[in-house]
Amino acid sequence: MPLPTYAGPLERTWYYSYRFICAAIFIFLIVPILVIVPLSFNAQPYFTFTKEMLSFDPDGYSLRWYEELLSSREWMRAIGNSFFIAISATIISTTLGTLAALGLSRPNMPAKGFITAVLISPMIVPLIITAAALFSFYARLDLANSYFSIIMAHVVLGTPFVVITVTASLSGFDQQLIRAAQSLGANQVTTFFKVILPLLLPGVVAGALFAFITSLDEVVVVLFLAGPEQVTMTVRMFSGLREEISPTILALATILVAISILLLSSMELLRRRSERQRGMSPG
Amino acid sequence: MADIAADGYVPERDESGALTTVDGTPLKVSLRKSQRRAKRRAFYLVVPLLAFLFITFTIPIVGMIVRSVYNPEVANYLPETSAAIGDWDGEELPPEKVFAAMAADMEVGLENRTIGRAAGRINREIPGARSLVMGTARHVDEMQPPYREAFLEEDEDWSDLELWRLLKRETRLITPAYYLLALDFEYTPRGDIVERPEIYQVYRLLFIRTAWMSIVITGACLLLGYPVAHLLATLPLRTSNLLMILVLLPFWTSLLVRTSAWMVLLQQEGVVNDLLVWAGIINDNGRIRMIYNQLGTIIAMTHILLPFMILPLYSVMKTIPPSYMRAARSLGANQFTAFVKVYMPLTIPGLAAGVLLVFILAIGYYITPALVGGESGIFISNLIASNMQGTSAQLKLASALATILLVLVLFFYWLFNKLVGVDRLKFG
Repeated sequence: MPLPTYAGPLERTWYYSYRFICAAIFIFLIVPILVIVPLSFNAQPYFTFTKEMLSFDPDGYSLRWYEELLSSREWMRAIGNSFFIAISATIISTTLGTLAALGLSRPNMPAKGFITAVLISPMIVPLIITAAALFSFYARLDLANSYFSIIMAHVVLGTPFVVITVTASLSGFDQQLIRAAQSLGANQVTTFFKVILPLLLPGVVAGALFAFITSLDEVVVVLFLAGPEQVTMTVRMFSGLREEISPTILALATILVAISILLLSSMELLRRRSERQRGMSPG
Repeated sequence: MADIAADGYVPERDESGALTTVDGTPLKVSLRKSQRRAKRRAFYLVVPLLAFLFITFTIPIVGMIVRSVYNPEVANYLPETSAAIGDWDGEELPPEKVFAAMAADMEVGLENRTIGRAAGRINREIPGARSLVMGTARHVDEMQPPYREAFLEEDEDWSDLELWRLLKRETRLITPAYYLLALDFEYTPRGDIVERPEIYQVYRLLFIRTAWMSIVITGACLLLGYPVAHLLATLPLRTSNLLMILVLLPFWTSLLVRTSAWMVLLQQEGVVNDLLVWAGIINDNGRIRMIYNQLGTIIAMTHILLPFMILPLYSVMKTIPPSYMRAARSLGANQFTAFVKVYMPLTIPGLAAGVLLVFILAIGYYITPALVGGESGIFISNLIASNMQGTSAQLKLASALATILLVLVLFFYWLFNKLVGVDRLKFG
């Protein structure tokens, strides 16, 4: 909303101070994330900008923390665990979540509101409660400290995001297209793969990305379910932060920020693609 | 089916003249049948996920709730006594049959090596009871009826009425004891419910603190989120899409990364304190403690939850036509009145969604308070976590605390669903 030309001095002051306040809030949102990036290249084991860094002296910067991270067997193993668990959980939760979203979007789904609320509930129930419940459950089944239990737990936590994202992408879906395809002679399978899936795919991929990042980031449940074998990078990071924070953690944090930027950009591309496909104007 | 396109089409009817399909079933019945089939088909697609969640989420949670009240030790290890003590009135020493049952249980317990567990369970309520039970149990095979006299001869303490009252209470399979503990109450030896001594009262205080800090965090998110959402909703799309990245990037960034960023920033030797010293606002030995206390938790969690406030507010504000504000202005309202009377009421759905979502997420937070909360900034979740690694009694206490928290969260979730509707949740 641009400032109208007839605005009085009071309105003018308010307009600029409002912009200033918003700018400050944006800084509050983004700066903490950006500040750790240069700090992870600190040559000294400090968590603040040294004199050398501020004067852009190359000696003030180094890759030593990245070297330490990448040459540590424990860290690499934990990173491997994280990706293994996240990828497995993503595949299962995307399949289950997409099927459920397809059902929920049908016009004649019974008890839709209640079932949606149930399917979303793992996102709402505090993680510590889920962790407490699953910990005893899998311990009784003798499955605690296993990849299986962690992957299953992450499927539970990831599906709400898939359900929400795919349902949202189906909300603008024209049911007539299915009838059109079938009237043109396509059977159910062909209709699904040739008509429904291409329109659905951006939503499904977005949901999968959400499920992936949810699993990759998750700490609490793994903290209770994992044995020494299954420790993931976030759990190592958490215990590292608890004991003594080392700059190696900042190096990992920077890598994670890079991953989020990557995922965010793919989401943006997906959104544009899906809007183009539906013939909506690109945002 | 009859050829619909053909001219002179005569629909099929039954004797009463109602429309039917070709095979003679009334159209209504046939339609209902096909609708039922469509309903079933839709439901079948949801069944796999529902079944999966039922097994791997609902059952564990129900198990946890059951565990918080389930008290099988005494009833299992002393079955005869449990049966016999049922009709004892608790006023004077139990009759001979209770003592006889106890002797029988002890003999079995010695054989199965379970008597120690029963003794341990009783010992948790009355310190010293373990040696009493174990001491008598060791000699129980030499005892002759009447057992009451034999027991009292073995140890004076068997005449203690409180011990027997406790036994009677503990034979019940379901106990509210862990909920009492979770709310800082306890049983007296007589079986009345009283508040625990003040120095032991922790949980109620922590529940209140968790709720209070969640409210503060929600308020802070609203205060910071509302103007930003408004700005994003009213700027031209090109600019607002760019600025939206500043909201979405934190949303997509790992929770731990954001928490560690705040640990780095807020340390006494950290960037914020350095900046304040450099700017001359504080001097070098007056560095502010901003972390490992409530302030640290509030700052970090506000930052983490802010996108959950901005996104629902933004999606509602975007649907408000700017012409409404212009209409209000042209009718003589000044900017402030127009905003308060016209714009704000229209944003209430987004406001409700954001406030409830942030509050629900805040109240169960664990990671951030554990890392930056120190002593004074921890939440009830942190106590649940620390009790989970303890003895079985602590595990039950943790289950009771978790169940109370769960009920709270589910209430607000129900409210959210009622006011906003879960199907309106969207990200990005």
